[in-house]
Amino acid sequence: MAGTWVFVEQKDGNIRKVTFEMLSELKKGGDEVSAVVFGKGVGALAPELAKFGADKVYVADSDIFAAYNTGAFVAQIVAMINEFSPNALLFAHSFNGRDMASRLAQKLDAGLATDAIAADISAGKAVFTRSIYAGKALAKVEVTGSPVLATIRPGVWEVGATAGAGAVVNAAVAATAADVYQVAKSFVATVSARPDLAEAAVVVSGGRGCKGPEGIKLVEELADLLGAAVGGSRASIDSGWLGHELQVGQTGKVVLPNLYVACGISGAIQHLAGMASSKFIACINTDTEAPIFGVSDFGVVADLFKVIPILVTELKK
Amino acid sequence: MKVIVCVKQTFDTEAKIELKDGKISDAGINLIINPYDEVAVEGAIQLKEKGVATEVVVMTAGSDKGMDAIRTALAMGADRGILVKQDTAADEYARAVALAAAIKAENPDIVLAGHVAADDGSSQVPTRIAEILGLPHVNVITAIEIAGGKATCTSEADGGTAVTEVAIPAVISSQVSWNEPRYPSMKGIMAAKKKPVATIDAAAADSKVKIVEFALPAAKTAGIKIEDDADVCAVKLADWMKNTVKVEVK
Repeated sequence: MAGTWVFVEQKDGNIRKVTFEMLSELKKGGDEVSAVVFGKGVGALAPELAKFGADKVYVADSDIFAAYNTGAFVAQIVAMINEFSPNALLFAHSFNGRDMASRLAQKLDAGLATDAIAADISAGKAVFTRSIYAGKALAKVEVTGSPVLATIRPGVWEVGATAGAGAVVNAAVAATAADVYQVAKSFVATVSARPDLAEAAVVVSGGRGCKGPEGIKLVEELADLLGAAVGGSRASIDSGWLGHELQVGQTGKVVLPNLYVACGISGAIQHLAGMASSKFIACINTDTEAPIFGVSDFGVVADLFKVIPILVTELKK
Repeated sequence: MKVIVCVKQTFDTEAKIELKDGKISDAGINLIINPYDEVAVEGAIQLKEKGVATEVVVMTAGSDKGMDAIRTALAMGADRGILVKQDTAADEYARAVALAAAIKAENPDIVLAGHVAADDGSSQVPTRIAEILGLPHVNVITAIEIAGGKATCTSEADGGTAVTEVAIPAVISSQVSWNEPRYPSMKGIMAAKKKPVATIDAAAADSKVKIVEFALPAAKTAGIKIEDDADVCAVKLADWMKNTVKVEVK
């Protein structure tokens, strides 16, 4: 058996932090931990993956993997599972990770725990904790199979410093052009100097109390000072002040930052579901009865239009 | 061109979750069409209004309660419904097997569904259906164009917007921001009562994932709350951010 595998989430050679989180967490157990990376010229990523715990780095290097596509990636991982028999295979719970894991699981007639926030893995069986109803409840689920399959939510595990040997294993390329059924026509990257909402250490969000683009501008100013991602409640998304990809809550994203600052957000249950697990929560709201105060470590009952400019000045001191 | 929309009946997103006898209690909970699926229903109806689709069939798997979800979709404008009777505890694998078998019998050109359900948050079933049926899929779409036997889909991918083309038949999953679902009109509600709904038994499949237990997360408690002038509030908040949270200021 070839231990536990982590499928590397990378784009143009930049590895997403969630990959290191998974490697670091698994490294704490005794099982062999391997990173699996598909792409073009991705063998060069092995030292970085080793640094965060990969004992082995399985590399599938081909033009066919230059950009993610479900068909080729699934065909390749199936061939490698058949050859190396890992105990478990973890993916990031991301756009690509859940896409690949779902199609793979069905191809293997296997179960899959998606969006897991904790894992207890042994050979052939694992128990994962999943956050359901966008965090309003938790479900512990048992997944059996070889390999056990799961996608892991970014931000739930710490990046550690225990290195692995990082021995490179070059896998034979099994995917062919016949496996590709999606044609990528274009990809337009979101132009933002801010960190990704799902991975940011600090998130500053604006809601109805922002009243419009001017309030959002204040939220953005505070966010940039803190190197934070900007988010929004449903009210500010529905009003068109922020794009849907920035919505925090039950029909948007669930975030787990070190600090969440809610500006002018009342704290509807569907918003709380998306952010209440943040380590520290601060809020600024004029309504002393707003439910957001019930989950805030530090709340101020005041007008965000007055507070944020002074807060920015104070933080700069 | 026939479009099948798979919908799941879920709790209202404003619902408070409670446990009873170790299970999620549905007592007093308002049931709705999963918001991501509702967007798929709207998308399908718009395809019909544009003359791209000729028939919209709404399908759900689960208990008889799912009939309400079907009637709502019919009232919005879907043409007929199929209720696949299945244990509501079926996992994503068993659910996909049941839906795929029912879809196959209908031989559609496009299968639409929300990319995730607001209850279990699994994001698996549409992709699994595509695999079972041997069809291409595209997930998390916010726009679709269908022409010349191809679907060109715009997706909300991580870090940007992806445009992907697949041959149809295909399985397409929707992002909630694709469109604004219409409210059923009174005329639509009346018409829905006369639209045909078939009830069929689910194809047999055993769940692969076993629920060990449900729990509620530890309740977050309120901390410090300051009611004072804005400048006092701001200074104290800045102090807390610097000294307790230890934020880094750029």
